[in-house]
Amino acid sequence: MERRWVDVCSAIRIKFSMSASEIEKTGAPDRGQVPLWRDPAKRAMVFQVVALGLVFMLSYWIFSNTQANLRKLNITTGFGFFSKEAGFEIGESLIPYSAADTYARALLVGFLNTLKVATTGVLLTVILGVFVGISRLSKNWLLARLATGYIEVLQNIPVLLQLFFWYGLFHTSLPGPRQSCSPVPGIFFNNRGFYFPLPAYHPAYPAMAVALLAACGACYFLHRWARARQDKTGKIFPVLPVSLAGIIGLPLICWLAFGMPTRLHVPHLVGFNYEGGFSFSPEFGALLFGLVLYTSAFVAEIVRAGIQAVSKGQTEGAMSLGLKPGQVLSLVILPQALRVIIPPLTSQMLNLTKNSSLAVAIGYPDFVAVTNTTINQTGQAIEGVAMIMTVYLVISLVTSAFMNWYNKRTALVER
Amino acid sequence: MEDASITLQATEEVRPPVTNIGALGWVRQNLFSNPFNSLLTLLVAYGLYRTVPAFIKWAFINAVWWSDSQACNQAGGACWSVVTRNLRFILFGFYPYDQQWRPVFSLGLLAAVVVYSSFRRNWNKRLFVVWAGGLALIGLIMHGGIFGLPSVETEKWSGISLTLLLSIFGVAAAYPFGVILALGRRSRLPAIKTLCVVYIELIRGVPLISMLFMASVMFPLFLPEGITVNKILRAQVAIIMFTAAYIAEVVRGGLQATPRGQYEAAESLGLNYYLKMRLIILPQALKTVIPPTVSILISAFKDTSLVVIIGLFDLLRTTHVTLSNPEWMGFSTEAYLFTASIYFVGCFVMSNFGRRLEKKLKT
Repeated sequence: MERRWVDVCSAIRIKFSMSASEIEKTGAPDRGQVPLWRDPAKRAMVFQVVALGLVFMLSYWIFSNTQANLRKLNITTGFGFFSKEAGFEIGESLIPYSAADTYARALLVGFLNTLKVATTGVLLTVILGVFVGISRLSKNWLLARLATGYIEVLQNIPVLLQLFFWYGLFHTSLPGPRQSCSPVPGIFFNNRGFYFPLPAYHPAYPAMAVALLAACGACYFLHRWARARQDKTGKIFPVLPVSLAGIIGLPLICWLAFGMPTRLHVPHLVGFNYEGGFSFSPEFGALLFGLVLYTSAFVAEIVRAGIQAVSKGQTEGAMSLGLKPGQVLSLVILPQALRVIIPPLTSQMLNLTKNSSLAVAIGYPDFVAVTNTTINQTGQAIEGVAMIMTVYLVISLVTSAFMNWYNKRTALVER
Repeated sequence: MEDASITLQATEEVRPPVTNIGALGWVRQNLFSNPFNSLLTLLVAYGLYRTVPAFIKWAFINAVWWSDSQACNQAGGACWSVVTRNLRFILFGFYPYDQQWRPVFSLGLLAAVVVYSSFRRNWNKRLFVVWAGGLALIGLIMHGGIFGLPSVETEKWSGISLTLLLSIFGVAAAYPFGVILALGRRSRLPAIKTLCVVYIELIRGVPLISMLFMASVMFPLFLPEGITVNKILRAQVAIIMFTAAYIAEVVRGGLQATPRGQYEAAESLGLNYYLKMRLIILPQALKTVIPPTVSILISAFKDTSLVVIIGLFDLLRTTHVTLSNPEWMGFSTEAYLFTASIYFVGCFVMSNFGRRLEKKLKT
């Protein structure tokens, strides 16, 4: 023991008593002599090569196994099945479709159904979520408690269970077509679907749509002009009332000019079910209901957090500048709150879109459900799952690209 | 003279108006502070008046609790018999009927471990031992084959046991994986970083259901001939892969929130990458992300219900199956309300715990 200590000490002494010339000789680290595992650059290289190699080997192993298995099962890979006849009916479709159409068309029908439920869902979710979120901050005790309860209950129950619940409720509690319940004359609910009257076609409606579009376009330019004028002269133009008047008034004038058509297509019983008007199935209803209620609870929390993130001083500051309550909200509070709200809101919108794939569990023919049928019929599991993943990935990427763009536009311009 | 007037003022008690204090004051301030608020209160109260008594009448007064389905059809209210009559199937599924004390015991054990770890003074190395030991013991009791317990294959684990198995093991196994992914994403090595980013973004961009489809229809093709993997294990792997990506993002948040000085200090002490992470960075980063981790646990608990779609018998599926029995067909509302309340209690307790923790850990 003693001996070794002496050795170490002498070694240190020798090291420190080396002359400058000696250090020059041995010191300056020579790259060539440093062992591989002590050189960070080389070590990093080796590490990455090993990692890539492992991933590559794993992929190759999976690939070769899959090849062997597919050969054994006599499944040919590829998307050749697209042009074959699908041979299954789809309950609801936005485009004409029959069992004699191709798989490609069936998948398109499914995709459109996904888009339909996702877009309607996102729209309703934002409206409901904002409403509940604001209610939760309300000074009214009853309303605030109610909103809190709504959020707590709906957030903490799996969305699939909620879908099953609504689907079961619609199916068991609603009467058959002949005993349809009709809360308002012309509207019918039964276990085959929900039926609403729709205005019968009249040349006034396309004209009204054009008028609406024109009004929206005019509002956009009005907004830009008003802002430019405010920047230049400081005068505020009442954009919102004028825009609202235009958006409501122009189509209304159109409607009056065409002689006020009021004829409605009222759904009526034909055989075993209702026909005419606008309708949606209980599957779609349950899916939309479940998704909107579940996601709106999360959106409400996001909205609440966003509003609370704007400090009280901002409101007081704006009021002391002499802004009216409406202006305080639209010019000071909302722009700041939106900056906090938008990013998590985007991810909730994507969650809703992804959760719409649960349609397969309650029989709404969305993209996943149609793909699932395709997989079962053709055995093209790899292509099917790859398609599902690609579609949702593309939707996610497009949405987040759009939201990033929007985010950048609304982001705080810092010095 | 002056003194007298002062004492007079001090003793004279000026009570606030009766409408501003006590219950009446509270009502006025919180429910009827202005016309709009009053209108709102009246509207909400009317809505509640229309719905709540009707619901109570349906759920409790006219309800049937312990009857057969015949009596249910005649009853005017809820048929809770669909739950009470099938309770053991809904909770434990196909687990052998006479052995169902084992899942009950396991649930108790799990609850004990959870309660033990909810106290912060127990947060030390022993906690890992307790968890590992507890889970191992639960596994042994559930699987059997020793201590003279008949062995029960994992295919028969169903109901709430399967739900808990998938979610707890899912998060536990995904955690280390997620930490590695997060470290990889923050790495300076381009190849490692790219691999991790691609994995995380890919998984987060697709729905869980597509991962489960992959597990149920594609995994068998990936394996060499002759090797088959149990369906539950395949679903478990999919859940782990899915959860890991979300955990990685949470942990990345923690890593980014750790001040740069900590990294630099660790480096200047001469610690290598492994020691720097293990001793300095990760302990701090993981502590800051405990609350979001709780919310990941909650979503994992809820998301396991999706295994219904690939045909595993979790809590939701056993409820579903009960309802496909012609005898109990029309009573889905009651059965789903019961199952929903189980999920609700679990998630609510966890989220409240997470919220409390967040307040405590915020220093």
